[in-house]
Amino acid sequence: MTSIAGPAAPVTGPPQPTDNLVEVRGLRMYFPIRSESLIGRPGVLKAVDDVSFTIRRGETLGLVGESGSGKSTIGRCLHMMYKPTAGEVLFEGTDLTKAPRRILRQLPKQAQVIFQDPFSSLDPRMSIEQILTEPLIIHDAVPHSERRTEVERLLSIVGMTARMASRYPHELSGGQRQRVAIARALAIRPAFIICDEPVSALDVSVRAQVLNLLEDLQEEYGLTYLFIAHDLSVVRHIADRVAILYLGHMVEIADRDELFGNPQHPYTKALLSAAPVPDPKIEATRQRIILKGEIPSPANKPSGCVFRMRCPMAIDECAVAMPALHHSADNHDVACIRV
Amino acid sequence: MLLEVRQLKTYFDSDGEEIKAVDGVSFELNEGETLGLVGESGSGKSVTGLSILRLVPCPPGRMIGGEVLLNGVNLLAVSEEQMRQLRGKEIAMIFQEPMTSLNPVLTIGRQITETIRKHLGLSRYDARRRAVELLTQVQITDPERRLSQYPHHFSGGMRQRVMFAMALACNPKVIIADEPTTALDVTIQAQVLELMSNLSTEFGVAMVLITHDLGVVARYSDRVSVMYAGRVVESATTDELFAAPKHPYTLGLLSSVPRLDMAPGERLEPIKGNPPDLGNLPDGCSYSPRCPFADDRCRAEEPTLRSIDGRHEAACWKSDELTGITRIVNRDVPQQVRV
Repeated sequence: MTSIAGPAAPVTGPPQPTDNLVEVRGLRMYFPIRSESLIGRPGVLKAVDDVSFTIRRGETLGLVGESGSGKSTIGRCLHMMYKPTAGEVLFEGTDLTKAPRRILRQLPKQAQVIFQDPFSSLDPRMSIEQILTEPLIIHDAVPHSERRTEVERLLSIVGMTARMASRYPHELSGGQRQRVAIARALAIRPAFIICDEPVSALDVSVRAQVLNLLEDLQEEYGLTYLFIAHDLSVVRHIADRVAILYLGHMVEIADRDELFGNPQHPYTKALLSAAPVPDPKIEATRQRIILKGEIPSPANKPSGCVFRMRCPMAIDECAVAMPALHHSADNHDVACIRV
Repeated sequence: MLLEVRQLKTYFDSDGEEIKAVDGVSFELNEGETLGLVGESGSGKSVTGLSILRLVPCPPGRMIGGEVLLNGVNLLAVSEEQMRQLRGKEIAMIFQEPMTSLNPVLTIGRQITETIRKHLGLSRYDARRRAVELLTQVQITDPERRLSQYPHHFSGGMRQRVMFAMALACNPKVIIADEPTTALDVTIQAQVLELMSNLSTEFGVAMVLITHDLGVVARYSDRVSVMYAGRVVESATTDELFAAPKHPYTLGLLSSVPRLDMAPGERLEPIKGNPPDLGNLPDGCSYSPRCPFADDRCRAEEPTLRSIDGRHEAACWKSDELTGITRIVNRDVPQQVRV
């Protein structure tokens, strides 16, 4: 694997559009499930079913979906926390699904994860200094004598004072904890960060601080983000491209402005209209699409298009097969036979 | 005036420390109206809801003072027996997590009919008929069969519909809904909120909608009270509040949320600092350490809620200076866009 650019060596020049850092091809992640009766045959839960996308160096890809859409599972497959059932996950050209352990052990140096809940992702018995020093030790990132300075540097990157190093997670607010989680992710200078709902657990006023921080860090260190979220307004704010998932399938992917300005898939349209806008004037005139029914369980998906049971545009042909993504406009793919 | 809350105070004891969770909250609710009660965690919005129904656990909670007038009757002064008569019949509450407010070992039918039989004195047969009618109203299909099922047979959205049906069961005048859809997916949230809004209009029920989501408030409430550190800092009609906020905290909230109608990539303006520590509030205005407008007076004297313009009220010494400002554009220097 090639060396990566980290906080010490910022990437120079704008990212090249053809420069793909991550490439996912035909990703499938199936989980075995027990059937209701003891003697029944075990079934499979297709959490992610044939998903392909690329993430260019330096960009943010937003991954949006509701419960059971498979968005977090994709994030975990990219970090090899799950070994995919099928498909390829290429990181800088190396297929991680076939890579030897020696390579995988080095993966955390390139790709890091920030989780939703900074309350459970930080060890309550470790001080902030210990939390931030741990990755430095494991990956032998800096000489022993420089660890203390490195911790202070990491804290200052995320806008915290060196004083905080001696504190414990319970002494910090939610926003501060998420800053520590970000500092820990940055400790070994990764090129790629998987942000799994990083601001969902935070209060509104603190959310903006963390979003701005993520943006600043991306600009400064040329980071690439996979930003997993259910909140469309947050994704619209931070992502360059956006993919919409429903029950393990990608139903639409496009550049941000295109997706929000010209959504094609009926699910995307419904999702956009369901998200309330904090402006009563806009709300008073907005068209609302209220979907029928519940989100089906990923263990028991409808045949054909997975969205057809709730789709206001469904026709008989939708029951035949799950449509593949097809080109709708420049950099805009949709999986729907009705558009 | 249907419901009038005056100077409500509820404190908690925590390790000998006095936490002023609700510290002099006042607001009014008219017949058939929906009032949005907005605030972040620790602002006291949920405790306010619980205090109105006298459901605050004691100890550690203590209802220190104030009045809650429902049609002129002070709920804080009636006997526990009278309160039991009023709860559910005149005023009902819905919580964020329906699974914790439904009894897992009783059927849904048993739980709905219990309330109906107790308050309306209906026979077993009539109560069941009423329960079927209620489930139909909240659009649960096959209500007869659903009545004999247990809460775990229902999805999150369905449980919240059941909770709403139970709240409506005795035709109350007021429903207090505490973050009723926060735990739900975006499209399901839209379904449930739309249903609640339609039914409360149909039955003429007034609602206090407790939420942290400014979008939900913009869409579903007629008036808004914003809470910060146990107090109401601003009250106005929804249109007024969003168009001409008179408290810097409201302004800060509006500037810090990414909005679907914002120019993409536009910088968010977070509120600086961290949410207040209720055990250790600053002198003067509790928002002053985070407020870009604060001066010496704000740090010394506590402002009270006063009328700015008719029924538009704010608790701020600087309200006049906010005229014409709808968005903070610079984080540290109060240099605002004037419209």
